[in-house]
Amino acid sequence: MLDARGMIKRRLGLRLWLSGGWLLLLALAAILAPWIAPHDPLMQDLFTSRLPPFWMDGAEPGYWLGTDSLGRDVLSRIMHGARVALIVALIAGTATALIGATLGLIAGYFRGWADLVISRMVDIWMAFPPVLFAILLIAVMGTGLTSVVVAIIVIDWTRFARVVRAEAMSQGAMDYVASAQVAGQRRLGTMLTEILPNVLPTIVALLTLEMGIAVIVEAILGFVNLSVSTDSPTWGGMIAEGRASVHRAWWVLVFPLITLFLTVLSFSQLGEGLKDRFDPVLR
Amino acid sequence: MADLYTVTDLHLSLPDMVHKPLLGSAPRIDILHGLNFTIASGEVLGIVGGSGSGKSTLGRVLVRLLEPTRGQVLFDGQDITHLDEAALRPLRRRFQMIFQDPMSSLNPRRTVAAIIAAPLKLQGFDDTSRRVDRALDHVGLPRAFRGRYPHELSGGQRQRVGIARAIAMEPEFILADEIVSGLDVSSQAQVLKLLDDLVRELGLTLAFISHDLSVIRRLCSQVMVLHQGRIVEHRPTQALFDAPQAAYTRELLDSIPLPDPDQPWAMLET
Repeated sequence: MLDARGMIKRRLGLRLWLSGGWLLLLALAAILAPWIAPHDPLMQDLFTSRLPPFWMDGAEPGYWLGTDSLGRDVLSRIMHGARVALIVALIAGTATALIGATLGLIAGYFRGWADLVISRMVDIWMAFPPVLFAILLIAVMGTGLTSVVVAIIVIDWTRFARVVRAEAMSQGAMDYVASAQVAGQRRLGTMLTEILPNVLPTIVALLTLEMGIAVIVEAILGFVNLSVSTDSPTWGGMIAEGRASVHRAWWVLVFPLITLFLTVLSFSQLGEGLKDRFDPVLR
Repeated sequence: MADLYTVTDLHLSLPDMVHKPLLGSAPRIDILHGLNFTIASGEVLGIVGGSGSGKSTLGRVLVRLLEPTRGQVLFDGQDITHLDEAALRPLRRRFQMIFQDPMSSLNPRRTVAAIIAAPLKLQGFDDTSRRVDRALDHVGLPRAFRGRYPHELSGGQRQRVGIARAIAMEPEFILADEIVSGLDVSSQAQVLKLLDDLVRELGLTLAFISHDLSVIRRLCSQVMVLHQGRIVEHRPTQALFDAPQAAYTRELLDSIPLPDPDQPWAMLET
């Protein structure tokens, strides 16, 4: 019998190419930063302060994106800043997804008192203003990478819990779940083998979105100087510094901002692209 | 013939969540009001009734997806009324179910082979792959369909997969809950023919739930008419169609569209 599925060519899609390409470039830049960055990101030199980017008059060769008011190379600082941003995106995003999705899955499938407890917790949690909550948390725990990651998990697990709970509830009402019970499947087994695969695309889409959000939250915390220590450059910190001298050296503000924007956009587009590509139901 | 199912004084009520007070438990709605019947081994029982008559609820009690509030359900002499899931598990391979909506009863992320094999693996059969092939042969699907996903099949093909999953374990009893109501007329005829053949080949006992008496008439040896959670009539098919006793049965019979509306049922037999 003719199986026409193999005959349909699926293109990888422009959106997956562009977003994946940007994130790959950023990851390479972050990993190789100590070796390929043109300058030491912390090196101050007042003789080269506020150099403009390469295409403008008065630019120095070697300082591609110019320097800030202390003479530090903007490109090198963006590359080093990418390390913090990507580590936070990866660790905080994944941990948030794991915790939130597990609780959401339990609440949505088992219902009963587990749902009652988890749902009330989510309701109460969401009444806190998130950024203030994070700032408060870091003020108590002290700055550092761990604090930033914990803060993001603590604010954002509810996003996963709510969405996954709703999805698990609607999947739980399907007949294939009753069918698993008729076959003698245990409740926990049904949750893992029947429900989870069906909510996984939602979780992946949310996860990439969450990574983008983690980058933003890290930048916000960097902006108010509550991210990792001031020694290592962060995009948020650069934006804060650039804001002070935006009239004399706009490039210090604009380049980290563009990088941040492209990164967050790429994360969300990557999620959509992956879903299009790998969800068998949408094929 | 021995009785496979013996049901005595079956009551079932479900909580009414719409009228649940803020504190305290929800009031209960009675769905089944004391049913008494038996299903003989090898019998094909049609369960008919309008919507809300409790026929699907009754079916789900028979395969113990629901637990009765009162009364007793004996399966092959064993009391399964209040057995918990763990105690039911070894019995599960003996009674299976085919669902109404073949789209929602097949996990969209699994292939046909995985769907049919899942219950077999759970029940500890070791010749899963061979049984999957045999079940596909039985329901008339090509073995090449093993690698397909449910959304790649037509409605009739999906329902065949549902049937294949139920018969793969060679159960003694199958509950078919409105399995042709979502299909077009020609697929309906094919699925009914298939079910008819399977009952004869495999010696199945079948409970066939439908709201459509003309479908029941083709397939079933006994008919049970439910109305508002009570049995209003339970007789051999021929006798019921020839001379319906209960007023509700007559109402149902009258609602079947006939080629010639002035022709009585009895005349169609000739």
